[in-house]
Amino acid sequence: MYVAVKGGEHAIANAHQWLGEIRRGDTLFDALSLDQIREQLALSVARVMAEGSLYDPDLAALAIKQARGDLIEAIFLIRAYRTTLPRLGYALPVDTSSMRCIRRISATFKDIPGGQILGPTFDYTHRLLDFRLAADGEIGAASKAEALSEDVPHILELLNRDDLIQEEELTNAEPGDLTREPLALPASRAVRLQALARGDEGFLLGLGYSTQRGYARNHAFVGELRIGMVAVEIMIPELGFAIEIGEVEVTECETVNQFQGSKTEPPQFTRGYGLTFGQQERKTIAMALVDRALRWRELGEDDLGAAAQDEEFVLSHCDNIQATGFVEHIKLPHYVDFQSELELVRQMRRDAATRQRRQQDD
Amino acid sequence: MTEQIITPSANDKNDTTTHNPETHNFDATDSYNFAYLDEQTKRMIRRALLKALAIPGYQVPFASREMPMPYGWGTGGVQVTAACLTPDDCVKVIDQGADDTTNAVSIRSFFARTAGVRTTEATDEASLIQTRHRIPETELTEGQLLVYQVPIPEPLRFLEPRETETRKMHALSEYGLMHVKLYEDISQHGHIATAYAYPVNVEGRYVMDPSPIPKFDNPKMSDCAAIQLFGAGREQRIYAIPPYSHVKSLDFEDYPFDRLRAPGACALCGADDSYLDEVIMDDQGTRMYVCSDTDYCSTRHERGHVGDQSDLFDSEEG
Ligand SMILES: [Zn+2]
Repeated sequence: MYVAVKGGEHAIANAHQWLGEIRRGDTLFDALSLDQIREQLALSVARVMAEGSLYDPDLAALAIKQARGDLIEAIFLIRAYRTTLPRLGYALPVDTSSMRCIRRISATFKDIPGGQILGPTFDYTHRLLDFRLAADGEIGAASKAEALSEDVPHILELLNRDDLIQEEELTNAEPGDLTREPLALPASRAVRLQALARGDEGFLLGLGYSTQRGYARNHAFVGELRIGMVAVEIMIPELGFAIEIGEVEVTECETVNQFQGSKTEPPQFTRGYGLTFGQQERKTIAMALVDRALRWRELGEDDLGAAAQDEEFVLSHCDNIQATGFVEHIKLPHYVDFQSELELVRQMRRDAATRQRRQQDD
Repeated sequence: MTEQIITPSANDKNDTTTHNPETHNFDATDSYNFAYLDEQTKRMIRRALLKALAIPGYQVPFASREMPMPYGWGTGGVQVTAACLTPDDCVKVIDQGADDTTNAVSIRSFFARTAGVRTTEATDEASLIQTRHRIPETELTEGQLLVYQVPIPEPLRFLEPRETETRKMHALSEYGLMHVKLYEDISQHGHIATAYAYPVNVEGRYVMDPSPIPKFDNPKMSDCAAIQLFGAGREQRIYAIPPYSHVKSLDFEDYPFDRLRAPGACALCGADDSYLDEVIMDDQGTRMYVCSDTDYCSTRHERGHVGDQSDLFDSEEG
């Protein structure tokens, strides 16, 4: 009996109702509040803000709840929301050297001015399940110390003073904006960094890792990794000066990379750079590795044919909202195309059979 | 800046949680701009569309927005439709030729909700038809817009993955690689082994991807009275075919292009000129063939045309 695929509208409504119910889970248990998600799943919130390109912990918490914890789905919700928001103004570049750091480490120097600050890190924890958390055990408050009051200069600037590291050129060029202009290749470094900052953590992790394993190896150390709050300021033309409108938490990583030098230039260290919203160490380090790999042309290195060096490859595939949409769309009906291929294969098989018969007859 | 503020309610229609009104000024009612997109974005898309119409078959980059549906599900077509709609329009949306496939239903209700326009399933009543994978069987007329959803706008993409290279190839009309591919098909299979998304040349200049329509539909693109617009959201490209343009499917003199459809007639309406879907009836492999264009099929049926198994149509309605 032939049953036409009717009633799509009804099926969709039913599916969404079911989704709503299953999202809530067993009503025996309390529903998650956005406050709980924001406070206790803060690293998920950070990732959603970073890849969603919108700094709003409450909205990110809502998106995570709505997406049942699927972070890419949550990022998608945030992206679709932010794209409709009006642009009220543009902030001045944030000054990360005046960051209020909760964490600041350098792998290249034993001691640094201002000191190494471990901060709230998983590093050096033993990865043993803590059953006290399962038993709702509260783990006491941490001891407190005086906050640093002075600015914390970037470590790599110390190398810069001795001309040992390549200096970033200061430019007042207006940075591009991938969310308002189509990607054009080759892209400026600012656009590349924007794409990487929005890019999928897993994708960048894999690519960054590949550079360490010899696919365009760039000998990276973490020159400095810092996490903390930075002020966001906007210029008010009517006032003639900038005012602070708030602050955001960011993670910043600068890598120190080896550079061979050339006939004309003495050997000098080079840098890779990563910056994301929230506490996102893994992503930021990977971003710096990939940024450095993508700089091969401007630093006069060879194209080794590695994926991480390939700007078009990296920028075209790092966005998880684009990727997940296209990868998942193959579950949509394609039966018209399949039918066309089916007929073509049948036709070719008929032709082949005819040829074979003819050969046997000969 | 004159951009319109749009509430986030499109995204949270299924969510039962309450927002914190202290920090977020959410509007509980739907207050979209007409057809969802803000006017500035629509202007940007319209400029791209005009450029595309002025250079038939040329892929115009545009700043595709993130839509509240996933990339790959018609975001390019949706943006083109949104930029073209007026309140007087009547919209039809098809996927696989059918108005009632889930994604077509979803997109149609999106425009019914955000633009409040009339919708229809009748090809000849629609002023704008958004489609995925088919061109309607009913001949389109002047004044109609046909908006295609496009996954990969670059016809050379699977021969050369780099955009930087393919743009050069288009600029120089360097299409030798495509002909080599088609020729290799013939030498290997005896046929050009492309059954859908079969490349075309528009007005003797640009080679263009017709979107993944079956090659059966290709001839309908040529000398078409309607305006044909193509939107690729993820790939950020728009292209177009103005009315009555010459569109030629690539072929060779000794291997001319041929349309391809399942042989036979529709089991429901008896049409022997329409593109057919093959429907598997049971686990014995019994099959029946029915029109992929559901409007074409039911209109014919209403006019008294019958196929082998028209009784199924009647029992379904009854
Ligand atoms: Zn039919």
